[in-house]
Amino acid sequence: MSEKASFRIHVNGEGRDVLVRSADTLLYTLRDQLGLTGAKPGCENGDCGACTVLVDGWPTKSCMMLAVEADGRSITTIEGLTDSPVQKAFLEHWGFQCGYCTSGFIMNGHALTEIHPDASDPLVENWLQSNICRCTGYQEIKEAIKSVLAKTES
Amino acid sequence: MIPFDFEYYKPASCKEAVSLFLELHDRGKQPLYYSGGTEIITMARLNQVYTEAVVDIKGIPECNVLEQQGEQLVFGGAITLAQIEESGMFPLLAKACHHIADHTSRCKITLGGNICGNIMYREAVLPALLTDSEVVIAGEDGLRQVSIHEVFDQQLQVKKGEFLVQLITEKRFADQPFFCEKKTKLDKIDYPLLTLAALKVDDQIRVALSGVCAFPFRQAAIERYLNHRESPAAERVDNALRQLPAPVLDDLLGSSGYRRFVLRNTLFDALEALEGAET
Amino acid sequence: MEKRISFKGGGSVKAIGLSVMRKEAANKVTGAATYTGDLAVPGLLHAKLLTSPFAHARIISIDTAEAKKMPGVRAIVTGRDIPILTGSPLEDRPIMAIDKTRYHGEPIAVVVADSEHEAMRACSQIKVDYEPLPVVNSPSEAILPDAPLVHEHLARYKQVKTVSPLPGTNIANHTKIHKGDIKQGWAECDVVVEASFSFPQTDHAAMETRCVQAEILPDGCVTIHASSQGPFIVKKTISKTFQIDMGKITVHTPLVGGGFGGKAAIQLELIAYAASKAVGGRRVKLVNSREEDMITSPVHIGLDAKVKLGCTKDGILKAAEITCYFDGGAYTDEGADISKVAALDCTGPYRVDNVKCDTYSMYTNHPYATAFRGYGHVELNFPIERTMDMLAEKLNMDPLELRLKNVIKPGDTNPSQAVLTKNAIGDLEKCLLGLKELMNWDEGRRRETVSGKVRAKGISCLWKTSITPTNASSGAIVTFNKDGSVNLNCGVVEIGQATKTVLAQMLAEKLKMDVNRVHVTMDVNTDVNPEHWKTVASCSAIMVGNAVLQAADDAIRQLQSTASIALRCAPEEVEIAEERAFLRHDPQVFVKLKDIAYGYMYANGNAVGGQVIGRGSYIMKHLTNIDQAAGTGVPGPEWTVGAQAVEVEFDPRTCTYELVTAVSVIDAGKVLNPKTAAGQVMGGMCMGLGLASREGFLYDDNGTVKNQQFRSYKLMRFGENPAYVVKFIETPKLDSPYGARSVGEHGIIGMPGALANSLSTAAQVNLNQLPLTPESIWRLKTEGDS
Repeated sequence: MSEKASFRIHVNGEGRDVLVRSADTLLYTLRDQLGLTGAKPGCENGDCGACTVLVDGWPTKSCMMLAVEADGRSITTIEGLTDSPVQKAFLEHWGFQCGYCTSGFIMNGHALTEIHPDASDPLVENWLQSNICRCTGYQEIKEAIKSVLAKTES
Repeated sequence: MIPFDFEYYKPASCKEAVSLFLELHDRGKQPLYYSGGTEIITMARLNQVYTEAVVDIKGIPECNVLEQQGEQLVFGGAITLAQIEESGMFPLLAKACHHIADHTSRCKITLGGNICGNIMYREAVLPALLTDSEVVIAGEDGLRQVSIHEVFDQQLQVKKGEFLVQLITEKRFADQPFFCEKKTKLDKIDYPLLTLAALKVDDQIRVALSGVCAFPFRQAAIERYLNHRESPAAERVDNALRQLPAPVLDDLLGSSGYRRFVLRNTLFDALEALEGAET
Repeated sequence: MEKRISFKGGGSVKAIGLSVMRKEAANKVTGAATYTGDLAVPGLLHAKLLTSPFAHARIISIDTAEAKKMPGVRAIVTGRDIPILTGSPLEDRPIMAIDKTRYHGEPIAVVVADSEHEAMRACSQIKVDYEPLPVVNSPSEAILPDAPLVHEHLARYKQVKTVSPLPGTNIANHTKIHKGDIKQGWAECDVVVEASFSFPQTDHAAMETRCVQAEILPDGCVTIHASSQGPFIVKKTISKTFQIDMGKITVHTPLVGGGFGGKAAIQLELIAYAASKAVGGRRVKLVNSREEDMITSPVHIGLDAKVKLGCTKDGILKAAEITCYFDGGAYTDEGADISKVAALDCTGPYRVDNVKCDTYSMYTNHPYATAFRGYGHVELNFPIERTMDMLAEKLNMDPLELRLKNVIKPGDTNPSQAVLTKNAIGDLEKCLLGLKELMNWDEGRRRETVSGKVRAKGISCLWKTSITPTNASSGAIVTFNKDGSVNLNCGVVEIGQATKTVLAQMLAEKLKMDVNRVHVTMDVNTDVNPEHWKTVASCSAIMVGNAVLQAADDAIRQLQSTASIALRCAPEEVEIAEERAFLRHDPQVFVKLKDIAYGYMYANGNAVGGQVIGRGSYIMKHLTNIDQAAGTGVPGPEWTVGAQAVEVEFDPRTCTYELVTAVSVIDAGKVLNPKTAAGQVMGGMCMGLGLASREGFLYDDNGTVKNQQFRSYKLMRFGENPAYVVKFIETPKLDSPYGARSVGEHGIIGMPGALANSLSTAAQVNLNQLPLTPESIWRLKTEGDS
């Protein structure tokens, strides 16, 4: 494949045709080509998790993935979630302030509660340490995720 | 944002990958094998690495193997660290992987990428060193399977165009008692001050370290002193500490003096964990 | 005129004191919330900075010839192209470096290109010839007589506000406090302790990096979209810097992804304007990479301090002598005022009658400092609270007891001799007693656990005022929709603090209506929003809140006037509630607001009255300019007080520790929205614990920053935080909306002191340097030999 590539990317259940540089990250493609700005650039270095999306259901930092790698994969962004339990829980538990890290936290939390609905505290911590929030003290985020896990359990 | 452009290739076989790589190399494209890609992207965005072509190995079936084959556990180079953790196939390797970066990153970082990367810690190699694992390397002459000890000296020593296809570990090691701890400056998500992996095989403790020196290693002399059970634990540990193969790192994460302090404590912890009441 | 039996007059409608969900909440959990970097228009050009790799170097030449030929490049601007000095209070900073660079990361040039990667590529083709100069690598080095000068021509800089730079030195500002008679004070002391303290510069690290878009239209109008805490200051500064009529400048600020003071500074806006100008006014986007955001844009100040504190044998404080050298970095910016307010409130919330304090904001070859959450108070709190614990130890007195004996009370004065009225200051004693109970203080401060670890507790007291311009003002406009719902228009930036929601609550409470029917303009547009000074200093809810209440009163008067026609009564007989205007003595006689907010129409079509537009404004009262030489003045409208504690579990074998619990008891005056108030305090506590435990820039010998990424500059993560306990007490501030006091910044302030006190108790060493890493504790305990 040359320096530019054209292919169909599957995002939020639909196919979208994109023309990208092979060097473009998925984050850039989602935001600048597809207008899906819910995933945020926070460090573009894989450190903060603000750009987290799901790739085949698993949390992935979209700044650490080339768009061309998404060929044949199924991508879900925050725009692809509607009234999901984790979104509701973030509202109910005040799991955000400025909101910039929120999409990433919700996507990661959503994947966790889907893949491991019985997640233990250490597992929750292990997954959610992938994201940084500078506004809250994390307590509300923890309560939000745990409330979803508790509901799934019962 | 990566400022420069490169070509992207995703070959479907080892043979294709190697010939593509060598051809790109001959054309002056400075190709790189691309697996998880996280290290290439982070370095490329800061112009710390340059390439005009990447060869993604994730489309190669052999690189995506994660299974038990007879008495062997086979881990493909393109298997992610998270997949290794989730599989539960080899608890020591899972634990060593568990400490690398953060969970979401581990959904992208691959075994091959961690072992072959530029970042000096390469913690995923520690269990391989402890279990005398074998690695499958793809090259111009096809695949070759060799002991990790033959090809891993500070880093994977391979020829131009070669890449790590699989890591093969004898299944019997998966059931042995082990100890694996990562110590950091303070944060859970950080590069290691040191990672110590230890495995007890035939009543002998094996130890491999990352972060202590500028490369991961397993040192026979360290194990010899640690297993000298007649001596008191402190003597065993202090003697072992004298056998480090290179200067102890002194950097932003910690001074060499502090690293030695942490290493000493962690060696005691390893002995305690693997010998229990004996120490 | 309508009649409905069930209507009782709206007496039960409440909004204040409820945890009303933030207005923009749904947008924030769906990815729809829009920030400056999300805005895209066709033809948008992208700018990228070239920054200095040296902390101090002469710029011999900049060759842009090759870079200009690169694909996609539209223009390159260097510092020499825009030789304007900017900054407040002192115009000491070029928009981009001109003759020399004074810090690692300083902007050298900006490339404008069709795409970001093309701009980045061109940056790497610009050839800059530097001649490295000796660096000033700490504030203590900066004060040495033979230190290299960061600014050779200090005397030539224009002062915008009062500041006291000393030409020929690296002193950017010097504030002196002389309260009482210090000699007499020491004579009265039985016990004296003295110690030195320090912490490095740190970063705001808001998750959204600073970002701006600038465009200049053919008619000369300038449009700026900025991730800023001060859109109105951006407007003023663009006008002043580039000599543009203020009326031609519009600044838009959508939601801001965290600021913590860092986005009150103006930097990228000026570069983006110059970049747009260079491409004929086309819209240009300039966004910081994380690395740039950490060092190119301004940071949190560092400090080297000496504190000497004395008391009688009964523990009554008698004298304090404090010297602070702040690491203000390469340019003055807010560093001068931070050092000033630190002096004015230097003792912390304790009564000390004899005080001598000198604070210096020092120029160094480090990134320059600007406002940061806690503004001068978080910095001084740490040395003071550590010294209080050291003094208690020397006295053999319980540290909480020592604090109780000395808490500041109404009638006392602060170090700048402002009289602290009951209205101006809350009830610290009550906070401390509350803390004592919540922490089970009486069970002891240090105990060893069965597993050989040590549980230890440490406390601190906090206070904070702002150093607001004495004429800072805010405005609010209240209008109605034709369905009777209300619009609130004000200039506060929504940055995560939920002020806009709280203001809606105030308006709903005042109009006795459902808060869900109060709509607040979320984005700021300086053309249409009445000015709010800046969204800083934790004072937006109070300043704008007062304006909102005034606007509501104004709207009510207008509604009463029109309603009196409809209801055929006197205006003063009309009351407003639940979107109705009704007779006070007979609520069943009413007219709906929707039928009078745009005038009242008689059955025959005649109309009277008109659109209701409520307006309100607020200006700071009774503040005085600070006399820097005398060290006197009233800096801010109030001092919020509180007490905080941290409990740690320390492992003496490894010198590692875990944060167990952190507690805050703060006098909030009135808690307007419990969830947002607690959230602000917990967030502040988390930031303070991060600051104290792990944050800090690391410089090499050349003054270059070695940790400008989240990979190496560590922030607290999920699960590393302690359990938080936040309790408010309420001593109302009478001239504040519903009695509220500021709480936005305060959670951070006492955390470094409380953590250092708990760890010093646990490890039984005096931990007086931040950050408190296990290695730093190990080093003190072993004095470095292993």
